Amino acid sequence: MNLNLVLLIPLLTAAAVLFCKGLKQVRIVSFTGAVIQLILSFVLLYGYWQERSSGNNDAFLFEYNYVWYAPLHINYHIGVDGISVAMILLTAFIVLTGVLVSWKMPAHTTEGEKQSKEFFFLLLFLGVGAYGFFISLDLFTLFFFLELAVIPKYLLIGIWGSGKKEYSAMKLALMLMGGSALVFVGLAGLFFNTHTGDGSHTFDILQIAQMHIPVAVQKLFFPFVFIGFGIFGALFPFHTWVPDGHSSAPTAASMFLAGISMKLGGYGCLRVATYLMPDAAQQYSWIIIVLSCIAILYGAFATMMQTDLKYINAYSSVSHCGFVLLGIGMLTKTAITGAVMQMVSHGLMTALFFACIGMIYDRTHTRQMARLGGLLKVMPFISTVFVIVALCSLGLPGLSGFVAEVTIFMGSWEHSGAFYKITTIIACASIVVTAVYILRAVGKAIMGPLASKEFSLLHDADWNEKLAAGLLTIGIIAIGIAPFWLDRLVGPGADAIMKNITNVVIAK
Amino acid sequence: MSGIPISHILFLSTALFFIGMYGLFTRRNLITMLMAIELILNSVNINFVVFNKFLWPGKLDGIFFTIFIITIAAAEAAVAIAIIINLFRSHRSIDVEDATEMKW
Amino acid sequence: MNYSDYIALIPLLPLAGFVLLGLFGKKYFRRSSGYIGVLILVMSTALAFYTAYQYFFVSGKVHDTYQTIIPLKYTWLQFSSGTSINMGILVDAISVMMLVIVTFVSLMVHIFSLGYMKGEERFSTYYSFLSLFTFSMLGLVMASNIFQIYFFWELVGISSYLLIGFYYDRPSAVAASKKAFIVTRFADLGFLIGILILAYEGGTLDFNTLIERLTNTQSSQYINITTASFLGISVMTWALTLVFIGGAGKSAMFPLHIWLPDAMEGPTPVSALIHAATMVVAGVYLVARLFPVYSINEAALHIVTWLGAISALLAALIACTQTDIKRVLAYSTISQIGYMMFALGAAKYGGEAGTGFTASMFHLFTHAFFKSLLFLGAGAIIHAVHSNEMKDMGSLRKFMPVTHITFLIACLAISGVPPFAGFFSKEEVLLAAFNSNKFIYSIALFTSGLTVFYMFRLYFSVFWNKQREKHEPPHGISFTMKLPLIILGAGTMFIGFIPFGKYVSSDGKLLESAFHLNFSIAPVCFALAGIAIAMWMYKTESNRPHRVAAAFGGLYQAAHKKFYMDEIYLFVTKKIIFNLVGRPAAWIDRNIVDGTMNGMAYSTAKISGWIKGIQSGKVQAYAMYFFIGIIVLVIIVLYLWK
Repeated sequence: MNLNLVLLIPLLTAAAVLFCKGLKQVRIVSFTGAVIQLILSFVLLYGYWQERSSGNNDAFLFEYNYVWYAPLHINYHIGVDGISVAMILLTAFIVLTGVLVSWKMPAHTTEGEKQSKEFFFLLLFLGVGAYGFFISLDLFTLFFFLELAVIPKYLLIGIWGSGKKEYSAMKLALMLMGGSALVFVGLAGLFFNTHTGDGSHTFDILQIAQMHIPVAVQKLFFPFVFIGFGIFGALFPFHTWVPDGHSSAPTAASMFLAGISMKLGGYGCLRVATYLMPDAAQQYSWIIIVLSCIAILYGAFATMMQTDLKYINAYSSVSHCGFVLLGIGMLTKTAITGAVMQMVSHGLMTALFFACIGMIYDRTHTRQMARLGGLLKVMPFISTVFVIVALCSLGLPGLSGFVAEVTIFMGSWEHSGAFYKITTIIACASIVVTAVYILRAVGKAIMGPLASKEFSLLHDADWNEKLAAGLLTIGIIAIGIAPFWLDRLVGPGADAIMKNITNVVIAK
Repeated sequence: MSGIPISHILFLSTALFFIGMYGLFTRRNLITMLMAIELILNSVNINFVVFNKFLWPGKLDGIFFTIFIITIAAAEAAVAIAIIINLFRSHRSIDVEDATEMKW
Repeated sequence: MNYSDYIALIPLLPLAGFVLLGLFGKKYFRRSSGYIGVLILVMSTALAFYTAYQYFFVSGKVHDTYQTIIPLKYTWLQFSSGTSINMGILVDAISVMMLVIVTFVSLMVHIFSLGYMKGEERFSTYYSFLSLFTFSMLGLVMASNIFQIYFFWELVGISSYLLIGFYYDRPSAVAASKKAFIVTRFADLGFLIGILILAYEGGTLDFNTLIERLTNTQSSQYINITTASFLGISVMTWALTLVFIGGAGKSAMFPLHIWLPDAMEGPTPVSALIHAATMVVAGVYLVARLFPVYSINEAALHIVTWLGAISALLAALIACTQTDIKRVLAYSTISQIGYMMFALGAAKYGGEAGTGFTASMFHLFTHAFFKSLLFLGAGAIIHAVHSNEMKDMGSLRKFMPVTHITFLIACLAISGVPPFAGFFSKEEVLLAAFNSNKFIYSIALFTSGLTVFYMFRLYFSVFWNKQREKHEPPHGISFTMKLPLIILGAGTMFIGFIPFGKYVSSDGKLLESAFHLNFSIAPVCFALAGIAIAMWMYKTESNRPHRVAAAFGGLYQAAHKKFYMDEIYLFVTKKIIFNLVGRPAAWIDRNIVDGTMNGMAYSTAKISGWIKGIQSGKVQAYAMYFFIGIIVLVIIVLYLWK
């Protein structure tokens, strides 16, 4: 199968949206595009299984290499392994549901429906950036798509957001840009320390992975790359864009932010930082572990004190994304597999959470827990989905969160040192705190007596919302009930990364 | 012709230059500033003439330059006054302090 | 038939019921969902009984020893070459016994709920939750893998959460459900870490392999786990204690018991199923499942014994002072589970020393019957008088004869009066305690006296005591509610005669129950004394209870206030966790971490503000800069350029 399609279809959809007349056309076009993309992602998954089962053991499949700018050895080089396929699936799910959720433009925008076209365009464009990022095998191309995915967020929040949206949009854009600046320094540093046969440099991930970058160079540039991507992935203490950005963004943008954007960070940390600089990853792993443990527990405690539903989910994202970084920092195959699972699981889960909060907000016009209550009575569908996603967040077996967290715990525990054990226990402790804040939110907002008489007039979810919530719920349950397919998908990719790391250990 | 030593003339031109500078920096009225610029130009003119006379008496390059400068000064004055008049039309003032739109 | 042909259906049928009723119940089965639930449970129960028959009488025994059979096993999630979560089914004596208990009690509760929950708006939701619970509990008892047990452990917890909070518009129910889940979650943290340790040291998650490796003193895993130590205590003890903490949380052992009395906010049949007969004994079951490993670790067994004994005593004391009928029963449940726990703790692996194990399982079995009977009886009473408080009841024997008789049977059973079920099992528990530790035995004996007292206090205040005049006579209960009472009552009468040691023992071999007539004298005397005191105090309306309460003074107050456990927990959570951890974390995040980020942005803006001041827009300033620049350049060129 031609991997370019993965990039081309969203790009065409985005372009087509620009030429649409009227909101109806825009919706239909973006919906169709997103559906095609989702189908394509499943075709990709199927193709991937086919290749693997027919004995193709290359690290990356469906490669395509095209010289983009020869003097600097920049290639448009794409290819996928299991991890990328998982991320592409996740992105396709979220783009589709994001489009569905914004089907009717929320009433609280300042400009009204006039700008809807641009809204959909930006959403789809963000998707293009994410798809490109996940399939790139060339550092420069990867960086290019990373940047492409940042800019639309600024506009989405700044124009269609709510609350102190200018502040949040600026903060988010600045911090993410800062992150990508760090990434760029790291990538450039890597580039100039690569040496191909003919004496030139290369941006190609596959080639760099085969080389041995000098340890001193790795130690210098690993922090740049890791912190840079870490900012995207809510690395403590660079996570503060998360609460503000998420809470000001319109529903679909929140979903994209938490579901896709934060995953760019985790994927980058894994694919670029850890994969290409294994020595440094080994040496710095304890710092990563400490920081992510802080993020996990401290994020959870900070969540406990929030009163706004979106803030609750945003802070809990800090805590949950801490698991991703913890898994990466632990550097065992199981932990890395768990980290990728957590990315997928958290992506689906948090997108669904934001979708639910958005639906509740559209109806009640408040996100304050104190003013909500008893919603189960008036909107059973939304409330049920809310409860399901809340349970997923607290790691209920049968839903995706449990699988990912447990895999990370098991992977972390494979180390023998007391340091690893204690940090794992700290991370485990967060499941209790998570239960506290999640059940508090459910108890206040969903259960209890009806908070206001006006609420009894509210209607339940519309077809588009039901479809979106249903799709994401199916995703969560599919991973939760049958995690083995995801494990088999991600496992080999994690293995390849681990091989690079264990080579280092053996070389010592 | 050997009456006035070069140092005197140079002193005059320097004085003229700094008087012009002083006027340029301290006056707020654009017309006065323009006049100060004329003073500076003229101090330069004097320098040209005097150095031409003392260093290369056989040549006329310095004198030519002076004539150039006088011409340009005339053109400049015309342009400057046009600007000043436009400024006055829009601002009702020719005070340089009032025309700070081009900041930052 | 092979087990593998049908055994998976036992849990999967309720799961199907959950999915069916959960998704479509509201629309299509608004009235019939109860019957669908019952039908499914009938099938499951039949299969469970068939399994029990097959196992105990046909194919379970090889060389006079009951075998552990794993008919089904699927790899669910592979971690590394040795460790994986397998979804399997493990058939041995205790799992089959639990199968029977869970399906049977669940069936009774399903039938009872037909009448009890009639007219409820969320009728089908209720049945789907019940099915979910039944599925999870069956999965739990049949788990062949320690992570599988954790998986269902959590699911059971969440079904309990959903059912306690079934009346979700009552704030007290919401609070109770939250409390139940969080307290057990806290305990599960211990369980999870225990599992991680066992998995790491044992190199496997499957029960069979794990037990085999950790009980074989020659194996490298055993040597590793016993020689490694943390804070001076061997890792083995840590692991087992942590796992036990998980069990203690679910089984409401002191000091993690606080959630169970509050859990009575749920519908009463749910309390009968989850909070009396099945879920709360999961902790006992967990220890029993890992019993071969526990039995070789003295320290862990001691913890089990003592916590069990303390819980039994404290809960019995509290039960004597409570006035809410369901809370009395809840504390009684805690007390009885304490019995099972210390019986386990007093046991050793194999032979005569394993009496405690058999006793514990036997007590679990009989307790499931009489306690669910008590709860269902209480449900019938509450249904009739619309109140939980004992003072609103009295003289009900005239109005509710069936309930009265069955309740009395259950009271006699829990009191250990021969020949009711509780007598036999309690006798064995006491015997096991007597043989291992006299002090524990005396606690147990005293507690059994207390048990009799508070049960008959309940019985007399509800069915005798004051005359009802003012109130309307309470309305009777429907047939669907009577039927389970009668069946369970009959069960309670006769199951005590099952020679339990023949079927369930720590090593699978036959265990003759050593029955000593002399030994029974003390407990039975205690029981009769308890009944007599309760009768004296509560049979007729009088001020005797107040006088007795006043005589006990401080002890009565402390027990009435549940030994202030709730207050202590509230202090720790509200004051310490929220105020000293949560609030500072949120504050630090907003003001220090984010403050640093904002500070960086602010200082950048400030500096750029200074710099932009140069671009003042004033022509003269520009001329000045130009002039100064020229002078500086001239100076550089003339003097500094070398």
